[in-house]
Amino acid sequence: MLLNYLPVLLMSGFAAFMAGMILYVSSILSPHHPYREKLTAWECGMEPVGDADTGHFRVHFFIIAILFILFDVETLFLLPWAVVIADKSISLLAYIEMFIFIGVLAVGLVYAWAKGALDWI
Amino acid sequence: MERLFFLIFASVAVVSALCVVLFRNPVRSALALMLCLLQVACVFVLLRSPFLAVVQVFVYVGAVMVLFLFVVMILDIRQAELEAFFPPRNRWLMYAIIPVITFEFLLVILGTSFEGFGPGAGGETKVEVIGRALFTEYLLPFEVVSVLLLVAMVGAIVMAKKRWD
Repeated sequence: MLLNYLPVLLMSGFAAFMAGMILYVSSILSPHHPYREKLTAWECGMEPVGDADTGHFRVHFFIIAILFILFDVETLFLLPWAVVIADKSISLLAYIEMFIFIGVLAVGLVYAWAKGALDWI
Repeated sequence: MERLFFLIFASVAVVSALCVVLFRNPVRSALALMLCLLQVACVFVLLRSPFLAVVQVFVYVGAVMVLFLFVVMILDIRQAELEAFFPPRNRWLMYAIIPVITFEFLLVILGTSFEGFGPGAGGETKVEVIGRALFTEYLLPFEVVSVLLLVAMVGAIVMAKKRWD
């Protein structure tokens, strides 16, 4: 039934509305007295150097994002697996299969760990 | 009623897709793309494919957008830097390619009869059906996916390692 998804839509619409309203109302109600020093980027009390949008971020963020995507896709496959695992005719097979699946990806995790991709220097 | 919802989602998707192209600030483009992908997820629900909608939100809105934003932060997005990749003197080539691609897309869209499209006859595709198919009929492709993800992981680490060393 399509109508079952209406609460999801209402919920996400309400959440988006609330988020937008909080930002909007606070921007109306808050006092604005900007001056030059106040508008500079805050860098732990240091004088700001250069711009933030000039690619000074570490490539390390990128590798973390890639790892996140891969494990995200992995968890996605857990969803149909969890739904059918109760079925006796395929439960054992599905159980073993999922462990192989996770095992292969665990090799990748171990590799990333060993190569220092998870360290933050 | 369903048609009304479809029209709402489709028009918001088109407008946000235009915003992706027209906004000057890449972070705003990324946020507009997020809205566009959410609308597509809603259309998937209307097409009776809730699992696909979850995949859309989970992978595209969640993970791929994080990747996009990180790439935007890592790359130097100032005009001068971008012009090194797209020199102004080669712009005519770009202007020549765009009509060709537009024409191609129009040809494909207008040439397709959308007869078999739309929600399937059997009603909603349940997650259970997908799970059963995945663990009986498509067992090997499922395991190949894990190897594919492993290759992607190793490849990304090897490529990025050169940069951070």
